[in-house]
Amino acid sequence: MKRLRIYYPVLAAAILIVLLHLVLAVTGKIYYMTQVTMSAYYALVVIGLCLLMGYAGQISLGHAGFFAIGGYTVAVLTTHNLSHYRAASWAESLRSLGMLVQWRNLYEQDVLSFSPWVAFLAALLLAGVIAVMIGLPVIRLKGHYLAMATLGFGLIIYRIVLGAKLFGQADGISNLPPFHLVGSLQVNGRAPFRVQNYYIAWVAVLAAMVLGLNLIHSRVGRALRSIHQSEEAAHSLGIDTYRYKLATFVLSALLAAVGGALLTHYNGSIGPSEATVMKSVRYVAIVAVGGMANLWGTMVMGVLLNFLSLRGVFGSYDDAVFGAILIGVMLFAPQGLLRVPRLRAIFFVGRASSLAVQKLVRAQRAAVLRTKATCARRSHG
Amino acid sequence: MRTRLAGILGVLAVGCAVLLCGCEKEPEAPAPQQQAKDKTPPAAQKAPDAKPAADATPIKVGAIFAVTGGASFLGAPEAKTAEMFVEKVNQAGGVQGHKIELLVRDSGGKAENAISLARQLIDENKVLAIIGPSTSGETLQIKSICQEGKTILLSCAAAEKIVNPIVSYVFKTPQKDSDAARRIFQTMKDLNITKVGVVISNDGFGVAGGEELAKLAPEYGMTIAGSETYATTDTDLTGVLTKIKGLDVQAVINWSIVPAQSLVAKNMKQIGLDVPLFQSHGFGNIKYVQAGGEAANGTIFPCGRLLVANVLPDNHPQKKVLVEYKTDYETRYKEDASTFGGHAYDALLLLVEAVEKAGSVESAQVRDALETLQGVVGTGGIFNLSAQDHNGLDQNAFEMLTVKDGQFAVYQK
Amino acid sequence: MTFALFVQYALSGITVGSVYAIVAIGFNIIYCTTGIINFAQGEFLIVGAMTAISLAQVAPLPVAILGAVLITTALGAVVELVFIRQVRNASVLRLIIITIGLSILIREAMLHVWDEQVRSLPYFTGTAVSTVTLLGAHISPQVLWVLGVSAVIVTALTLFFRYTTTGRAMRACADDRMAARLCGVNDRWMVTLSFMLSAGIGALAGCVVSPITQTQYDMGAPLAIKGFTVAILGGLGNSMAAVAAGLFLGLLEAFVVSVLPASYKEVVALVVLLLILVFRPSGLFARRETSALRAA
Repeated sequence: MKRLRIYYPVLAAAILIVLLHLVLAVTGKIYYMTQVTMSAYYALVVIGLCLLMGYAGQISLGHAGFFAIGGYTVAVLTTHNLSHYRAASWAESLRSLGMLVQWRNLYEQDVLSFSPWVAFLAALLLAGVIAVMIGLPVIRLKGHYLAMATLGFGLIIYRIVLGAKLFGQADGISNLPPFHLVGSLQVNGRAPFRVQNYYIAWVAVLAAMVLGLNLIHSRVGRALRSIHQSEEAAHSLGIDTYRYKLATFVLSALLAAVGGALLTHYNGSIGPSEATVMKSVRYVAIVAVGGMANLWGTMVMGVLLNFLSLRGVFGSYDDAVFGAILIGVMLFAPQGLLRVPRLRAIFFVGRASSLAVQKLVRAQRAAVLRTKATCARRSHG
Repeated sequence: MRTRLAGILGVLAVGCAVLLCGCEKEPEAPAPQQQAKDKTPPAAQKAPDAKPAADATPIKVGAIFAVTGGASFLGAPEAKTAEMFVEKVNQAGGVQGHKIELLVRDSGGKAENAISLARQLIDENKVLAIIGPSTSGETLQIKSICQEGKTILLSCAAAEKIVNPIVSYVFKTPQKDSDAARRIFQTMKDLNITKVGVVISNDGFGVAGGEELAKLAPEYGMTIAGSETYATTDTDLTGVLTKIKGLDVQAVINWSIVPAQSLVAKNMKQIGLDVPLFQSHGFGNIKYVQAGGEAANGTIFPCGRLLVANVLPDNHPQKKVLVEYKTDYETRYKEDASTFGGHAYDALLLLVEAVEKAGSVESAQVRDALETLQGVVGTGGIFNLSAQDHNGLDQNAFEMLTVKDGQFAVYQK
Repeated sequence: MTFALFVQYALSGITVGSVYAIVAIGFNIIYCTTGIINFAQGEFLIVGAMTAISLAQVAPLPVAILGAVLITTALGAVVELVFIRQVRNASVLRLIIITIGLSILIREAMLHVWDEQVRSLPYFTGTAVSTVTLLGAHISPQVLWVLGVSAVIVTALTLFFRYTTTGRAMRACADDRMAARLCGVNDRWMVTLSFMLSAGIGALAGCVVSPITQTQYDMGAPLAIKGFTVAILGGLGNSMAAVAAGLFLGLLEAFVVSVLPASYKEVVALVVLLLILVFRPSGLFARRETSALRAA
């Protein structure tokens, strides 16, 4: 019974989303939907990042890299013209399976390329594999080292997409086909599909929220929270900290890749500006201001701030706003602006065990400090 | 539990409220048109290609420029020029009796902002045309949006890919890269140079230029001994140039934007690579000469005639337009005019001419009129558009310029 | 490769490497006293250079540079007093985010104060076209200035830390802050001083390198990343190793250009960074015990 309670906010959110649509339609501002939809896809990234930063306690300054991996994979696979292989047998068999499709692009040319579903799954697979490859060595690191390693990763992705001809270099890739989901539903940025895509985007976001909430309220979630509080204590309780951190890292990477893939189809294009360090920093800023351990707050802030930014409300101070948010939040409201009280206690089974764990944490910390002091004395001897 | 739920609901409600309210900065469109368009159900709604022109309704023209950020050396002068041009037109009574309402938006050089702003201008503001964006990357990403929205796009970005392959609603005003390459090679041929080294930056402009150079070199009997791509953000190019020096070239071509242009000039002199330096038409601002100091003297490059407007012969067809633009810009904004701002001038000029020729403000008719414009004198050259040529400039739009004693001068052999 | 070509690449590498080393030393000074990695380190160089360029229009060059160094030092103090000191019991995560936010703010402030144009200081000696020949390679005389100033900075700092009371007090804070405080050292003032020192040497390095690399408002971040790579390569906190590591990275970048296309130069530093972080986060020159402690 307790489990179902956590989904009530999802229901409330769904109602509010429909309400928003009605309000926009009535006031004649239906075109706002475009930017809300774009912001919703960006929110997918920050939901994943919130799980990583707020619950697993790992910073990532390179999440725009995973967004770019998702977007670029989808872009390359759906636009790369394989027409000259049309006659080949493998091409024929793939076409009959529906994995290769033929369509006409903006220039009235016939293009034979992978179907968007194949591309989407490939993007997820690639993002997951890269996340594991990067995560395995990097999750071991702490603090500054982890931050720099993720920053380095993000930068390498940026350099690759900027430099490789396959990825269109500085111009990026344009003219993607729409992504036909089911029946007549398609991810498509054109005006006739505006309302449809609004709901598609929000369904994706709410699905991610359900996934996140599920995670938080499960054993895994509690394990993550204990890791965030004190890794040594969690480790001593038998929690495989490394595996949990890695799993959260990969999950957040997948969410970012989904956001990237869907937004690329929605926009019809992607460019290297989606993989910059500044983008990664913006995601971190949004998680910080939404509340590191506050999934709903992060999601709302993600949509809100990206919406304002896309509408040009911040003008030439766009980057400065996010920098100021970062500093402001860290100095004055480290728990985020949308602090919800007593959030921590809820994740422990009953207050009693929560106190017990805190006691254990303190004892462990003291023990570690003593060991450090002894070593220091010895090495400086 | 209940407080938590209330908190979350409250947060979501606040979020929705903010989304609704204070974001509208531009003035509302005239009420009757607005409601008429929004009543059509979304599924059946197609981007209107008939924009009924009531009398004295302003013509809405959108502009997306990279006013700030990495490409602001392009976007800032373009935005200033556009505002200046529109003010002048409106003071003279407007176009066909309508005043122009210019909606300038800052994309910061970021493609996703350009996409969002383009959609905003087309769906929300229902503009007749969009001027800009400033960079090729942004233009290519909004190309299909403008085409499908049947909104004229007059780009101020240089890539040939913008108008080749052609789509009906997309035009561009900067000169062709291939023409610049041709003029460079022709000048080299006249100097009996056959072996060149090429250095290009890894952004869109540099890569596109590098491709043109490679493609056209054989036509002029040139051999490109070596071609090196460096990062735009590189602060030291001595390594790259040393590599080129080792190939015994007779000249160096640099195709990039700031800051590499002046850096290449300085580094070349410092490592003792004493051969003529040719630059692209991106060298169009006196500040780059100043940044290069003495090293910039002797650079040869093709450029629009704006920079040497004052020394043109009086009977030159472009002289009046150029001098007028240069004087107006420099008096008003107290800074040197650059060829980049000229691209925005040309874009608006073409639009105004097309509206006058079409005699209407309906986008399809204006578009058709654009394709028939001939002999329009702009800052970048004299435009002759057609259905196959959505740029309208040829080799003669360029003048070969050089730098003498820190000033631009016409190149004479 | 001829010897002259080799020397050319080597000199190019050493020049850029010494700038990386100065940035890394700036990182180390702050890290030692506070444990914070200051992501805004690169911005100090650019602020120093930009201020000097503005001042050089109204004052002779040496005065302009001195003024710029002083102003940037003051900026470093302000940054520490206003932002860092306010944060109590801060987790590493919070401090990282604050310094990132600071680097963004400083950069945007520079953009609005100075605009995005590329500028440079006048050459200290000679002009944009003068060159000197060294072992067969041609370089600008400014390169010698860069090498000279970097060497002076490193020497001065070494002497400062070894022989002056303040220097030794800062080292004490780096070793064990509590113990230093017990010995009567004002550790909070030491923290401010470390920021001021880092900002000052950064500004000086920015000024001396500005004529050859030119200065633009957004050059700070890439410098900070390379500087951090160098700092980690040498081992965080170890300044002499930072110098060696800086020269190493500079030379590596320069010689990579001779075999691979030039656009791979940027990737070199990043790959080095990731390799070092994964395999030897304590740096190439660290002792085994310290590496065990740092991983904890």
